[in-house]
Amino acid sequence: MKLYCLSGHPTLPCNVLKFKSTTIMLDCGLDMTSTLNFLPLPLVQSPRLSNLPGWSLKDGNAFLDKTELIDLSTVDVILISNYHCMMALPYITEHTGFTGTVYATEPTVQIGRLLMEELVNFIERVPKAQSASLWKNKDIQRLLPSPLKDAVEVSTWRRCYTMQEVNSALSKIQLVGYSQKIELFGAVQVTPLSSGYALGSSNWIIQSHYEKVSYVSGSSLLTTHPQPMDQASLKNSDVLVLTGLTQIPTANPDGMVGEFCSNLALTVRNGGNVLVPCYPSGVIYDLLECLYQYIDSAGLSSVPLYFISPVANSSLEFSQIFAEWLCHNKQSKVYLPEPPFPHAELIQTNKLKHYPSIHGDFSNDFRQPCVVFTGHPSLRFGDVVHFMELWGKSSLNTVIFTEPDFSYLEALAPYQPLAMKCIYCPIDTRLNFIQVSKLLKEVQPLHVVCPEQYTQPPPAQSHRMDLMIDCQPPAMSYRRAEVLALPFKRRYEKIEIMPELADSLVPMEIKPGISLATVSAVLHTKDNKHLLQPPPRPAQPTSGKKRKRVSDDVPDCKVLKPLLSGSIPVEQFVQTLEKEAETLIQIEEDSTHIICDNDEMLRVRLRDLVLKFLQKF
Amino acid sequence: MDPECAQLLPALCAVLVDPRQPVADDTCLEKLLDWFKTVTEGESSVVLLQEHPCLVELLSHVLKVQDLSSGVLSFSLRLAGTFAAQENCFQYLQVRSTPSSPCRETPACLWPRRPVSSWCTSWLCPCEVEPRGSPACRGVTGPRVPRRSWITLKSPCAPRPPPSSPVFSSSDGSLWETVARALSCLGPTHMGPLALGILKLEHCPQALRTQAFQVLLQPLACVLKATVQAPGPPGLLDGTADDATTVDTLLASKSSCAGLLCRTLAHLEELQPLPQRPSPWPQASLLGATVTVLRLCDGSAAPASSVGGHLCGTLAGCVRVQRAALDFLGTLSQGTGPQELVTQALAVLLECLESPGSSPTVLKKAFQATLRWLLSSPKTPGCSDLGPLIPQFLRELFPVLQKRLCHPCWEVRDSALEFLTQLSRHWGGQADFRCALLASEVPQLALQLLQDPESYVRASAVTAMGQLSSQGLHAPTSPEHAEARQSLFLELLHILSVDSEGFPRRAVMQVFTEWLRDGHADAAQDTEQFVATVLQAASRDLDWEVRAQGLELALVFLGQTLGPPRTHCPYAVALPEVAPAQPLTEALRALCHVGLFDFAFCALFDCDRPVAQKSCDLLLFLRDKIASYSSLREARGSPNTASAEATLPRWRAGEQAQPPGDQEPEAVLAMLRSLDLEGLRSTLAESSDHVEKSPQSLLQDMLATGGFLQGDEADCY
Repeated sequence: MKLYCLSGHPTLPCNVLKFKSTTIMLDCGLDMTSTLNFLPLPLVQSPRLSNLPGWSLKDGNAFLDKTELIDLSTVDVILISNYHCMMALPYITEHTGFTGTVYATEPTVQIGRLLMEELVNFIERVPKAQSASLWKNKDIQRLLPSPLKDAVEVSTWRRCYTMQEVNSALSKIQLVGYSQKIELFGAVQVTPLSSGYALGSSNWIIQSHYEKVSYVSGSSLLTTHPQPMDQASLKNSDVLVLTGLTQIPTANPDGMVGEFCSNLALTVRNGGNVLVPCYPSGVIYDLLECLYQYIDSAGLSSVPLYFISPVANSSLEFSQIFAEWLCHNKQSKVYLPEPPFPHAELIQTNKLKHYPSIHGDFSNDFRQPCVVFTGHPSLRFGDVVHFMELWGKSSLNTVIFTEPDFSYLEALAPYQPLAMKCIYCPIDTRLNFIQVSKLLKEVQPLHVVCPEQYTQPPPAQSHRMDLMIDCQPPAMSYRRAEVLALPFKRRYEKIEIMPELADSLVPMEIKPGISLATVSAVLHTKDNKHLLQPPPRPAQPTSGKKRKRVSDDVPDCKVLKPLLSGSIPVEQFVQTLEKEAETLIQIEEDSTHIICDNDEMLRVRLRDLVLKFLQKF
Repeated sequence: MDPECAQLLPALCAVLVDPRQPVADDTCLEKLLDWFKTVTEGESSVVLLQEHPCLVELLSHVLKVQDLSSGVLSFSLRLAGTFAAQENCFQYLQVRSTPSSPCRETPACLWPRRPVSSWCTSWLCPCEVEPRGSPACRGVTGPRVPRRSWITLKSPCAPRPPPSSPVFSSSDGSLWETVARALSCLGPTHMGPLALGILKLEHCPQALRTQAFQVLLQPLACVLKATVQAPGPPGLLDGTADDATTVDTLLASKSSCAGLLCRTLAHLEELQPLPQRPSPWPQASLLGATVTVLRLCDGSAAPASSVGGHLCGTLAGCVRVQRAALDFLGTLSQGTGPQELVTQALAVLLECLESPGSSPTVLKKAFQATLRWLLSSPKTPGCSDLGPLIPQFLRELFPVLQKRLCHPCWEVRDSALEFLTQLSRHWGGQADFRCALLASEVPQLALQLLQDPESYVRASAVTAMGQLSSQGLHAPTSPEHAEARQSLFLELLHILSVDSEGFPRRAVMQVFTEWLRDGHADAAQDTEQFVATVLQAASRDLDWEVRAQGLELALVFLGQTLGPPRTHCPYAVALPEVAPAQPLTEALRALCHVGLFDFAFCALFDCDRPVAQKSCDLLLFLRDKIASYSSLREARGSPNTASAEATLPRWRAGEQAQPPGDQEPEAVLAMLRSLDLEGLRSTLAESSDHVEKSPQSLLQDMLATGGFLQGDEADCY
């Protein structure tokens, strides 16, 4: 059993598991931090950005791709755990010869599609006049300023995929539901479990009859909107692959939400605007719910909330229709009937308005001060670029970072010098180390495998020994481009017996409850299923040609049942030997005599056997 | 002791020493002990024992009875301690009691200068160990050891045959030696309370005190040692050898570590303000250690050893320890320390207030501690302004306070407002403070919180705004805020009239009372109108506390109109009666005009006792005050009381005269004289449960549990 680790990013994992002749890819997250090396793509001509000297606006959006550690065309299936972890799907399904199936839950696919659609839209609506790739040449890259010259494997950076590729990739997905058992080639069974992190997010169990591997990715024990995490089903795993823990282990999401609200209120009260760079789904639902309660109490009911994204409308509507994937509280609202999320009411009362982009209706409705939620959190593309340019010069305005995926200082770099206030309130509801340690104590896997980042304290806080995974035996760690042999051997295989063969067996009870029988059969193996069939009938023996001895004793011998266990029926055995080999064996209290008339070799052999047994006593 | 109780006492003592009799629960015994304490405070213990020989019998008996409940045994020992607190009583007990009684066993030379009870109870009560559980105790204690007993102190020592009186029976050495041995034998969990008890004694050997203090400091010394890079300030680490058991406890588990630190911090907090605390008091080291504990909790401390690393992981985010450390840090503000320590403390407090991770309860403690530090910070001598440190601190504090006033969690908004109120109450006159406050948005935010959805927050906002307004800080002085400056009274009055919750309305009444007392501009401008408006609003209120506060306001107004109430202290310098600001008739007319009589008489018949009581006091004060002016009585013959008497039924029904203030002052006065206010006062003084609360009732209850009072047992069927 092997694990190929294609991503070094612990929250955007991509691992391939080879297990019982199947090749299973676990997630295909897309690490977009390399976009931070590029200049922002402005929606309207930005004199400031286009007049920058040097390498401006020449190459656009390229993303880190996988190393060629494994031939991706051999991947049989891809299991997706949440919508953030499928963003690289088109790169894998469209250009590698992949012919397998992708499994994911419905909300994962729908919201994943929205995220991809938004990404493609953001990139495609600002086509670049020119493109450059010569700089990727190592000799030239060496001469570039830092951090670009230090970027690794720039040659593997790819351009953003197209909507066509997205659609083609998504067509290969088969929808699954929580706890549904899916057979893969008869060899293994995979099952998605609720992971509590996002709408439709799942952990996966990959098991054969005798082995169980759990894949935990992006899970949460907090009570937010998704269905709670299913922990019990992770018990008794041989191996637990653990990825997707919180990226900000020291920040408590509740405290951060408080910080978010306070700063928002302070800014708006002073007539400033608040910009929240965000993804179109996920934490934004919780933030809107929190603001729904907060704005009235803070006397901010008149401040408009704007949500700008090409997929804003779909995202807000999708969230309301996936009732079965929501936490109990929200599910029960559906029966009232009420929309599960209160953002419906915000929209109804005109407090929250959503637009596909800043162009069009938005410019007519736009009122300040206001709060704007828009993408992309990297501040490199999307409508957020426009607002950064628009509001960056005034110290009344505030940008509040809630997504933990990007370093906010790096994201802000091309906008400096900046007068607007910057608040960093990363909200990451995924498991922290205390929760992980409780989880591991609860489910008790034999082995834990995790990214190497989790086996040591974060570099900035090297003294925080509590910010790492602590389990026994110590977790096995992996890093990018490593192949790990998982530490357990398969010992058993399940084999079925045909009814008529089973019927012919004569079990002998060797102790109460345990019976044995010998079987002669043909093992038939197909599609990883093993079946014992009755042996073909022996061909009628041609009359006595090969028979050594014509003897009447043969039927007597057949009476003997094959000895499976227990003590030897001595008398019967001695009689048989006498008849078969003309041997006389006398057994007395303190001696055994073996007399073979003709066959000295047989005598010696029998004597040695007796002696051997004597030694055993 | 009243005769009824004295009569019941022998029977009760008999019940207590009889193991077959069920004894009422521990709380009864605690109440009984409390009662004995009040009795011994009132009369001589010796006389009490002489008059009630059953008590001596009880004390000498309890130790001989087998199978006595641990509660009763513990009670008896503590009762003995209470009596023995008086030296003559101690001697009386020594002579009278049987050889096995506690006092008999104590050599007379061991009579501590301080009452036995004070230290008995001090290390008895907190020393709650479960002796049956630990194997070391089993040999010593036998089966009938009370849960809280002196025996626990010596339990870890060498096993002996069961002694009759555990602590005092030690044959080798003195009492202090026994205690010292106990101190070195007990584990870190139980040492702390004992050490604290020892240190609270004023007279005990210096060596023992030193030992106890070291024991108490041990956990903090460990923490400091595990985190300091260079040798720290002298004091705390000196002479405290690494105690392996303390380190073990700190490292064993999160709960044991947090528990030990919390207890240690609480003990030190208790010790700090006491006059008999150890001297020199290691202020600097304690402050350093507390700051370190807080830094370990927020994850910013740098460990210097593996123990430190472990502590880092254990304490990170530990709210319990954080709260205890903040409490102690607040207490430490009372000590004098060098400037740099103040800086350090303020820095860690500011970080705590600023951190998004701080939980609401931690923030509350942080605000409290910050307030204590600010108010005790050294001021530049001869200068009315705050020290050099504070203005800078305030500049950093106010943005944090602003953020906290906007926090989605109401508890946080509430504590921030309370902090603001306290700070401006003390510093409202300081120029630096005024400057920093008015430059911030804090006043506007506080004003906004008058509309908060949470009633507690509204109440705190009312108090804060009232305080700010008293000092002219509720809005910037710039012209665009003129309206805001004026409308506060109306806004508060609106809250008083329409707010659905009691807390904000009570707060408004308190603010108005303060305003009237301090001559706030809104109240002073037209005082009569102000009082009339407020009383009218308060009289309609359904909340008794609002009405009671209305009477408080009325009393202030009375004082201002008729002169302050006379002080009742016989030693106070008798001030000459201040001549009233206006002739009596005028004053009374003013009282009638504002509807004060209406309000007070209605309150006199209020269904809530405290309101009626307060009104009764007010009217008595008024009557006495008027009696001192004899002129009025001379002037008139028999006043016409008809109008007032006609109003009486309406007052009883809780209705106001319509329109208010139409009474004739003379009629009201006559009414005042005709009412038996003294009688009413004594009736009201008795609480409805005064029978149930009496000691006699307690004794009867306890006897009833024992079945003693049931004369006819057969008639149940």
